[in-house]
Amino acid sequence: MSIPKITTARWDVEDGHTLAGYERTGGYSALKKALEMTPAEVHEEVKTASLLGRGGAGFPAGVKWGFCPPGVWPRYLVVNGDESEPGTYKDRIMLERDPHQLIEGCLLACYALGLSQCFLYVRGEMAHGQERVAAALNEAYEAGYVGKNILGTEVSVDVVLHWGAGAYIVGEETALIESLEGNRGMPRLKPPFFPAAIGLYGKPTIVNNVETLSNIPWIINNGGQAFADIGEAPSTGTRVFAVSGHVNNPGVFEVEFGTTTFRDLIMGEEYGGGIRNGGSLKAFIPGGASAPWFFEEHLDLPLEKGTVDRAGSMLGSGAIVVMDQTTDIVKACHNVVRFFSRESCGKCSPCREGTSWLEKILQRIIDGNGRRADLALLMDVCDNISPGIAWPPKQTTICPLGPSAVSPIASVIERFADEFDAYLGEPSTEQAVEVR
Amino acid sequence: MARLNADNERIAHEIIGRYPRKKSALIPLLHLAQEQDGWVTDEAMSHIADLVEVTPAEVLGTCSFYEMFKRHPVGDYHVNICHGIACHLLGADELIHHAEETLGVKGGGTTDDGRFTVEGVECIAACTEAPCLQVNYRFANKVTTQDFDALIADIRSGARSDIPPHGTLAKTRQSIPEERAAGPALVEDAQEPAWLSRNGSDQ
Ligand SMILES: Cc1cc2nc3c(=O)[nH]c(=O)nc-3n(C[C@H](O)[C@H](O)[C@H](O)COP(=O)(O)O)c2cc1C
Ligand code: SF4
Ligand code: FES
Repeated sequence: MSIPKITTARWDVEDGHTLAGYERTGGYSALKKALEMTPAEVHEEVKTASLLGRGGAGFPAGVKWGFCPPGVWPRYLVVNGDESEPGTYKDRIMLERDPHQLIEGCLLACYALGLSQCFLYVRGEMAHGQERVAAALNEAYEAGYVGKNILGTEVSVDVVLHWGAGAYIVGEETALIESLEGNRGMPRLKPPFFPAAIGLYGKPTIVNNVETLSNIPWIINNGGQAFADIGEAPSTGTRVFAVSGHVNNPGVFEVEFGTTTFRDLIMGEEYGGGIRNGGSLKAFIPGGASAPWFFEEHLDLPLEKGTVDRAGSMLGSGAIVVMDQTTDIVKACHNVVRFFSRESCGKCSPCREGTSWLEKILQRIIDGNGRRADLALLMDVCDNISPGIAWPPKQTTICPLGPSAVSPIASVIERFADEFDAYLGEPSTEQAVEVR
Repeated sequence: MARLNADNERIAHEIIGRYPRKKSALIPLLHLAQEQDGWVTDEAMSHIADLVEVTPAEVLGTCSFYEMFKRHPVGDYHVNICHGIACHLLGADELIHHAEETLGVKGGGTTDDGRFTVEGVECIAACTEAPCLQVNYRFANKVTTQDFDALIADIRSGARSDIPPHGTLAKTRQSIPEERAAGPALVEDAQEPAWLSRNGSDQ
């Protein structure tokens, strides 16, 4: 079976971002079709599709949509377009090249669940994405697809473009809601575990990723079953992966979910094209900076959620970062840890203090001022953030950002002990840990 | 410089009107202030506080959380060079070093002539185009040191009028025609939407 392009079909259509280009290529037909169906039928198709969330956690969208408590109104939709996990590059292209597909996906969700207003939160730094979405919304309002009495029906929903101002943590869904309320973007305490229970302004709120919602028009046009027939359950449909780093042909590729392997994506001629300069693979990050790292022996794993979870990592946000044999592992590890340290929102101490110590310790190792006891100290700090340093991670923190800083260290500290040794010098007698 | 001017105040009211709660407009309004003045002034913050009916301290609280808001003047061109992992692997550190050397600034500093501010930033979602950067939030991909020098020279000579002044993000704004607006879904208006109740289903 040939695999259709579901979310990226219009990336090559010159005017695919305009209403004319979108309509010419079948756009807004799903909305028209859905308005002839009952809301429950629309929801049912999404459940049948078994569409997993594409933002990081991979939770089934159709199931999450069922979590709104009955009888509590209004309900809101918040679109997570904050894409900032290092290595992740797909939502921005969808915003820039196919904004109408996302808007149609939003409208379908609103219709299915009775969501009264949609806020489309686009990352602050994505100026071009913001103007494409704004232009698309302006056209869609004019044409009667969005706003009051959509296509002459009693369905009325505003879709409002909102934009951030630079903070990775705002991608966490409860922080996103705080930010949308005009506050500092700090995650909320759980439970409730889903904002579907208590979200924006304390009301039921569905938060979905840009790519997740961009799949909905295809699902309604073709049926949930057609979507579920692609891929390997529960990883159905297609997924968009960014392959970056030391490959010959870095790029963003839509592939069948659940069956394509890491080797296909990294080495395949039509995808990553192999390691640059004929080099060899040292390590790769399979799902964005938060994911534990993979190596040569993981190359033949399929890009399937369950398989990758069981192998000790995650597909996360669809970001594959490839490192060849020239990579300084200690520096690469420091780079990722520094990211989490700088982006910690500071609300809880194991993360705020811990990530910053991890960064400082790695920095002094790189600077040649490390001591042997630093390796145990790193693991001790990791253990304070994520007890047991296991996968899936436990956490002493409010959100998963803290444990994410543990991933790179736990991935490499033993496997590449020789590289740490090279920085630390000859093993010497244990020194008392002096922390300055 | 200071408060939002009359045009921007009108835009501010339009934006505020889209949200069920006024405070939700805070970040868009801070961007509007930064677009007007190139940075966010204290006067703008207190004006915004009046507009969304919170205290100036609350506005500062929000403003200071987010990296993009500058509470002091910055260069006309804010050059953000990505040092995220994908860019790190492909020479980001060397590019940042080169930029700082050639422009004579360090760690977020601004050139003496006030033209350029240079900063290393986290991933800007262009990882397959590493190493990359943004100038006033417009992308340059796969940037070599020669590309960088050419970019700076082009900006200096006025050849890059496509890059807007610092503070301007989207050049197109959303505008909702009054007769087409569904209106904000007010929290107090606890109504099941008509299209759901007609279908007698709440799921
Ligand atoms: C620290 C952190 C950052 C996150 N950043 C993003 C992000 O940028 N975009 C995104 O869609 N989800 C992000 N998520 C996941 C969201 O919390 C949420 O699970 C997701 O938006 C739900 O949408 P989905 O079910 O459609 O994937 C992040 C989570 C965490 C803990
Ligand atoms: S884990 Fe880190 S980012 Fe998350 S709430 Fe705590 S301090 Fe903030
Ligand atoms: S790491 Fe540089 S753009 Fe993502």
